[in-house]
Amino acid sequence: MILVAVGMQLGFDRLIAAMDRLAPALGMPVIAQTGKGTLVPQHMETRPTLSATEFEALVKQARVVVGHAGIGTILTASRQNKPIVIMPRQAALREHRNDHQLATIRGLAGRPGILIAQDETELAVRIEEALALGEWSPSQSPTVRDLHAALARFIADGPSQGRRGG
Amino acid sequence: MLLRSTLDDFNAHYATTMIELARHHGIDAAHSLPDCNQEQPLRALACAAKAFALVRRLRPQVVVSTGAAPGFFCILAGRLFGARTLWIDSVANQEKLSLSGWLALHVAHECWTQWPQLADGERLRFKGAVL
Repeated sequence: MILVAVGMQLGFDRLIAAMDRLAPALGMPVIAQTGKGTLVPQHMETRPTLSATEFEALVKQARVVVGHAGIGTILTASRQNKPIVIMPRQAALREHRNDHQLATIRGLAGRPGILIAQDETELAVRIEEALALGEWSPSQSPTVRDLHAALARFIADGPSQGRRGG
Repeated sequence: MLLRSTLDDFNAHYATTMIELARHHGIDAAHSLPDCNQEQPLRALACAAKAFALVRRLRPQVVVSTGAAPGFFCILAGRLFGARTLWIDSVANQEKLSLSGWLALHVAHECWTQWPQLADGERLRFKGAVL
């Protein structure tokens, strides 16, 4: 199953429309959390709103999550070891009040398990790549391993910069 | 939650504003703190008092927080009760350090950002990220 998530604050009809077009060829069920979007998908099961626990349960069942580039959505996928394809909302298209999500995708470029579709034309190939990842874990990311190692060192050994006074 | 796999290697207690979430994830050593932010000074005071009482009772050797305001109060209390303190600013703060993170810069022994472009190489360091 593939889960499409656009967050609860705003609709993201461009993503929903693109996924609706792709859904028949994907060969598995697609569930779309549509938020405040107005488009009604023809080829996906639609859930406008989901509670946090419902959302987590669906992420758990999904092979891949396809979402807007919202940090909350990305973290939820990551917690459940699911690869995520993210497409940024654009202020120019009135999908968000600023281009924060464009900055997010720039910052996350190259991170394992997070695949970036700049726009809807890249969704199909990114979804294929995500499905091919199979079993995935955040610990495959060097930045994740680094933070865990640094945290363990801090707790076990104390601060590396030397103590502050007081 | 994404740091649990490392934290659980140590004797970790969790202070949280969402105790039901902690229980849902099977964390027994979880302690409730009221949520608060800079807009509600009285609630912040109540939260600070609870944070201090908790840290005083538990006497941790180390206090780690990713924010926000309740986490900052735990760091402050940790400093006062002799703990090593670490602030890890949330990965959601990509453009600049949060307000509580900025306060933590002056209080915590170490302060880390999860975005390399925010690190200044001195007080604010980049050591990796949860993503």
